[in-house]
Amino acid sequence: MRVRRLAAWTALPLAVTLGLVACGSGGDGGSGESNPDAAVRIEIAEPQHLVPTNTNETSGSQVLSALFSPLVDYDEANKPFEVAAESVTSSDNTVWTVKLKDGYTFHNGEKVTADSYIDAWNYGAYAPNGQNSSYFFEKIAGYEDLQGEKPKAATLSGLKKVDDLTFTVTLAQPYSEFKTMLGYTAFYPLPKAAFSAPGLLAESYEQAPVGQGPFKMKGTWQHDAKVEVEKYDAFPGEKPKVAGVEFRIYQQPTAAYADVLSDNLDVIKTIPTENLSTAGTDLGDRFQQSPASSLQVLAFPTFQKEFSKPEVRKAISMAIDRDEITKSIFKDSQQPARSFVSPVVAGYRENTIGATGEFDPAKAKAMYQAAGGPSKIEMSYNGDGGHKDWIDATCNQLKANLGVECVGTAEPKFADLLTKLKAKQPVGLFRMGWVMDYPSMENYLGPLYSSTGSSNYYGYSNPDFDKLLAEGASAPNEEEAIKKYQAAEDLLAQDMPVIPLRYGQNNFGHSTKVKNVEMDLFDRVDLLKIEAVK
Amino acid sequence: MFRFVLRRLLQMVLAFFGTTLIVYALMFAGQGDPIQALAGERPVTAAQRAYLTEKFHLDQTGVGGFFYRYFDYISNLLQGDLGQSLTGRSIVDILTAAWPVTVKLALIAMAVTILFGVTAGVLAGIRRASIFDNSTLLLTLLVLGIPTIVLAPLAQYFLGVRWQLFPPTAGADPDFYALLLPGIVLGSLSLATALRLTRTSVAENLRADYVRTARSKGLVKRRIVSVHVLRNSLIPVVTFLGVELGNLMSGAIITEGVFNIPGVGFNLFRGIRTEDGPLVVGIVSVLVVVYLISNLVVDVLYAVLDPRIRYE
Repeated sequence: MRVRRLAAWTALPLAVTLGLVACGSGGDGGSGESNPDAAVRIEIAEPQHLVPTNTNETSGSQVLSALFSPLVDYDEANKPFEVAAESVTSSDNTVWTVKLKDGYTFHNGEKVTADSYIDAWNYGAYAPNGQNSSYFFEKIAGYEDLQGEKPKAATLSGLKKVDDLTFTVTLAQPYSEFKTMLGYTAFYPLPKAAFSAPGLLAESYEQAPVGQGPFKMKGTWQHDAKVEVEKYDAFPGEKPKVAGVEFRIYQQPTAAYADVLSDNLDVIKTIPTENLSTAGTDLGDRFQQSPASSLQVLAFPTFQKEFSKPEVRKAISMAIDRDEITKSIFKDSQQPARSFVSPVVAGYRENTIGATGEFDPAKAKAMYQAAGGPSKIEMSYNGDGGHKDWIDATCNQLKANLGVECVGTAEPKFADLLTKLKAKQPVGLFRMGWVMDYPSMENYLGPLYSSTGSSNYYGYSNPDFDKLLAEGASAPNEEEAIKKYQAAEDLLAQDMPVIPLRYGQNNFGHSTKVKNVEMDLFDRVDLLKIEAVK
Repeated sequence: MFRFVLRRLLQMVLAFFGTTLIVYALMFAGQGDPIQALAGERPVTAAQRAYLTEKFHLDQTGVGGFFYRYFDYISNLLQGDLGQSLTGRSIVDILTAAWPVTVKLALIAMAVTILFGVTAGVLAGIRRASIFDNSTLLLTLLVLGIPTIVLAPLAQYFLGVRWQLFPPTAGADPDFYALLLPGIVLGSLSLATALRLTRTSVAENLRADYVRTARSKGLVKRRIVSVHVLRNSLIPVVTFLGVELGNLMSGAIITEGVFNIPGVGFNLFRGIRTEDGPLVVGIVSVLVVVYLISNLVVDVLYAVLDPRIRYE
């Protein structure tokens, strides 16, 4: 996702534009008659890839969301409901049966069958294909056999075709929220025409992807310029309210913002930080905010002795005034966080860390000294992501409230920071960001805090936590699973391996020519809702 | 003349290999973990890592690995294959798409520089210490003092968004009008320098002996200025413009970014940001050629302007 690159939070030192007088146009989004014959123009960055299993950034995923229709989508409560699937069921959370709706066709006329999914997923999971999203299939039985330089098998043993519109997915381990995963880009089907030979994707496919979604390609992907799509008339599902979409490629969000101000572009998904303070006056009610899935935390190297006590970690959390930093540094473009999961997933509870999240300098200092916290604190961050301001502010708060020395250390890139962490070098506290893969509590807990988690850089290991996660994965239904995950989250609140600081937000805006602009859970513009105004 | 050009061309071959070697070495040394950089802040799967490592020989490290990768790159380069960027696009394709718009932009900027810079410079030189001279001095100092990173967004905001005189961004396939504003912004900096250079040079030559001689022969002022003075005054300006053309071709990273023009600078910026070694080296290799050729053209132009200069 583009947010993964955290470009959204790159604050360019363009202070001069902050001083510019706002152009008071006071928008009137939401009024005006809908024009179904018009196309809308949406800002994206140059996608890295346009193959479903190879696309894991928001720009590519935004384009694919027009070309493909997912098996499931998410309702108001962030629970999955069927779209291209008739039903997704399982009795034991291990063998899942996916029934497809009849009537779906690819844009080349080919019928969508169970094979379309099986072929696409096999292609995505097969290691030599080097697909970015291959890890989405790791829960499916047989995934291991497709890994390595010379894999033992070419197809996932867990995928079985039952009939033309039905297939079963056998997981290696029970997982109660498999259905929730299916809404992501990686699980789209591919037509036969996409392959030049079985298991070999045609090189030209990516230039004009053929999907089964509400829009089809108009021409080919014009690199660095645009991707155009138009309405696909034979689409059996919910019809879009516009005739087409032009995804226009921008390198810098400031350029896109200037275009939205002058109605040369309809939607900007991320208003640049330097324009946030004037966006309200520039765009009026056409400036909108919605919760995004990202979470910013300050993490502890719990493997280091001085940070091994939860009391020390809690005291530091209480010495930080989240609200103040969110307001003065981020201009409310993010929201203060007091839980370990994002508000966009089912099972989210506000303020799970309780008193630890309250700003209370006196109590924090007493607790910190009683626990014997270190007298000098270092905070590491990546220097290329615009994090210096808030790290410095946090450091200053710790200095003032805990009476410790605090210094921020910049690493050139996030990768450099990760390298040091993998080698367990003492970097002090460090910043981490997380964007979900699929809207489930598990995705905010498993990879980050389980003992074997792929992004557990803190050395945090709690057998009870691991056990609760395993129980959640094999729970009989989603409600039970959520209960287990919530219990696991409560354990985190006791141990505080990281301090939750802020939730991301979509800060988006649109021109006077469109209405009903909404963002979905994956930070994409909802293309079925957007309307053009006459 | 022929021997001079031939000798320069041979030198260019050496210079080309030298610079690509240096650029490649710098990119190699500065490279942290390009695979991680491409993925941003996500963990990279083992499969993806193995795939990219093999494709770009990223496992070849150290001095031996460097020369292995460099020679691999050069041998492909000699066959006209610049390789693929880390996202799998052919770099030749990227450059083919990026050049035309960058060249257009550079030519507009150049035209602006010559049209306004040189003309105003000549006028200011003739009317030394006049109001015109002093006001251009003030104006050029102002322009020279404002960096493009400030000038470009300001111009975009006021002329593009606020007063809607120009389209605020140019996009991928812009018409002349859309490129005019970025061209003016880009050209304004070299315009100021060109103006100062021309003005000084003209003012100096106006006091030269041959001008006095011409005047005493009874030549009209227009002819003295346009033929005698201008030709001699243009030598330093042409040197400057030649180097400037190379600069403009190399893509204006800031201007192209602000006005969303997917040219060379735009791609170079992306390559640097994502540690896309092959893309950066590919673009820079081509830029080296552009610089070498524009320098050669400038050297040849000297002889045209000043017959006393001979090339052996």
